[in-house]
Amino acid sequence: MNVKNLIKKYDGKAVVDSVSFEIPKGKVISLIGPNGAGKSTVMGMISRLIAKDEGLIEFEDKDLSKWKSKELAKRLAILTQHNNVQMKLTVRELVSFGRFPYSGSRLTQEDYDIIDKAISYMELEAFEDRFIDELSGGQRQRAYIAMVIAQDTEYVLLDEPTNNLDIYHATNMMKTVRKLCDELGKTVILVLHEINYAAFYSDYICAFLDGKIARFGTVEEVITKETLSQIYKVDFEIMNIGGKPLTIYY
Amino acid sequence: MKIMLKQIYRKSWFSTVILGIVLVILSFLSLFVGVIDVTAEELFSGDAASIELFLISRLPRLLAILCTGTGMSVAGLIMQQLCMNKFVSPTTGATISAAKLGILIALVFMPKSTLWSRAIFSFAFALLGTWIFVWFIQRIRFKDTIMVPLIGIMFGNIIGGITSFIAYRYEMTQALSSWETGHFSLVLRGRYEIVYLVVPLLILAFIFANHFNIVGMGKDFSQNLGVNYKAVLFMGLTIAAAITASVVVVVGSISYIGLIIPNMIAMFKGDKIRGTLVDTALAGALFVLVCDVIARLVIAPYELPIALIIGIIGSVLFIGILFRRLKHGRKAIRLGAATEAPCAVAVEKAVPQGGDRA
Repeated sequence: MNVKNLIKKYDGKAVVDSVSFEIPKGKVISLIGPNGAGKSTVMGMISRLIAKDEGLIEFEDKDLSKWKSKELAKRLAILTQHNNVQMKLTVRELVSFGRFPYSGSRLTQEDYDIIDKAISYMELEAFEDRFIDELSGGQRQRAYIAMVIAQDTEYVLLDEPTNNLDIYHATNMMKTVRKLCDELGKTVILVLHEINYAAFYSDYICAFLDGKIARFGTVEEVITKETLSQIYKVDFEIMNIGGKPLTIYY
Repeated sequence: MKIMLKQIYRKSWFSTVILGIVLVILSFLSLFVGVIDVTAEELFSGDAASIELFLISRLPRLLAILCTGTGMSVAGLIMQQLCMNKFVSPTTGATISAAKLGILIALVFMPKSTLWSRAIFSFAFALLGTWIFVWFIQRIRFKDTIMVPLIGIMFGNIIGGITSFIAYRYEMTQALSSWETGHFSLVLRGRYEIVYLVVPLLILAFIFANHFNIVGMGKDFSQNLGVNYKAVLFMGLTIAAAITASVVVVVGSISYIGLIIPNMIAMFKGDKIRGTLVDTALAGALFVLVCDVIARLVIAPYELPIALIIGIIGSVLFIGILFRRLKHGRKAIRLGAATEAPCAVAVEKAVPQGGDRA
């Protein structure tokens, strides 16, 4: 995926200002930055949820806006926090929707096999007949991830997947993200607020500031005292734990 | 045990079969309720008068009842899904009042209008009214679930006020009153067939059931699955408005069905429309049929307008649903908490998440 000179304006003010980057395949890429830096807007535009004002997004060498919505749904999945949480669907019914771009309302035996696999991959067998509105936040998030797995896309985009989760569930969510990449070979792009999760679980980090990319590179390149202090405007210390740079801010 | 029973109930066709059988039996019995006694023997022995009565009045009435019940409950189901709010229905979403305004406009400006042209006017207005309402609740994202139907009721009353005003000015109040309170007593052969439109619309609703579910999950969710949010929203509301219009033009306004029946079925069977649509339709038909038989029996040989009976039974059931939903707070609404805004932006954030309850 290749992004060139992306611009988005709200009321004449550019919230995303000529952003260009290329997303490496088969890696975990985290978008970080302070509130209002434009990371979620960029995520929205590369997942076609938000219309761009200017610029070009190339997805598999083809302009993103020229993709048929249904075809794109087989290659790129986006999970945001804006879902209706009141819907009384069972976990299995939710995961089945992942096959919608392929088979519509008529699921084949192959679809059912894929759904079963996705449910067992996320260890949701015990809950598969429970309504999602009765689950805890962590379980529900896992159900959504299972749906994305059933959707069987090469690219998975997650908008703040650890939001509202406690430490246990958030950490497990990040481990799942790693597994999606390492075991299932997916390219995972996340918007994260927690820098240490980004530092520990991603391959690349894209740091945003004021609608522009402040730094894009490997974890070691971006997670430095200077870069982070400049972006977040607080003091940082970088520690090295288990070969990964971890940050302390105060 | 209770959970197990609930799961069997949810999974199987058990409820559908039971509802179907009860409906068939009651439908049959209802054919023999009326001022003039018609018995099965007379019918089968070929008594001309009985057969005539049967074909002109009793059978049309039954079919109109079945169409009304299934149609209004499914219209409610669709609207609740698309608006992501359990309290939206043709009554609380201004659809019925707009449909009535349409009929009045047709009566006033086309005095010789046929049933069909009235239906078209009614449909156009119903669609417009529903659309304005939905556009409004999507624009202003109410934090409180209960605000959405309240706005709908207010909007419906404004349309009702306009309707009354126009009717008064053109001395149409009397003509309009026939639609004001729904009843089946004028359903006779030759002047009710429009209500059959409900059948193809129901089939259409069933075909697109999964689309409605996906749109009900939210805009981002639909786009992720390659479903055109706006197109499906428009189509669903069109179906709901068309069903409502074809019922209102024949029977008049009948409230509550679209609100109560889908909620009752969803409590047991969840929100997956493919799994609940048939049950909702059958339960709706059964509800209207029972209410109609009561309306015919209470002060026999006269009859009460069915809207009255439905209003009484419906409001009791509705209060029951409200209490149940309040009691089971987590699964349903919580008054005052931002949990089910029409556009579920930031909804997740407002819900405090506990640990695993498993």
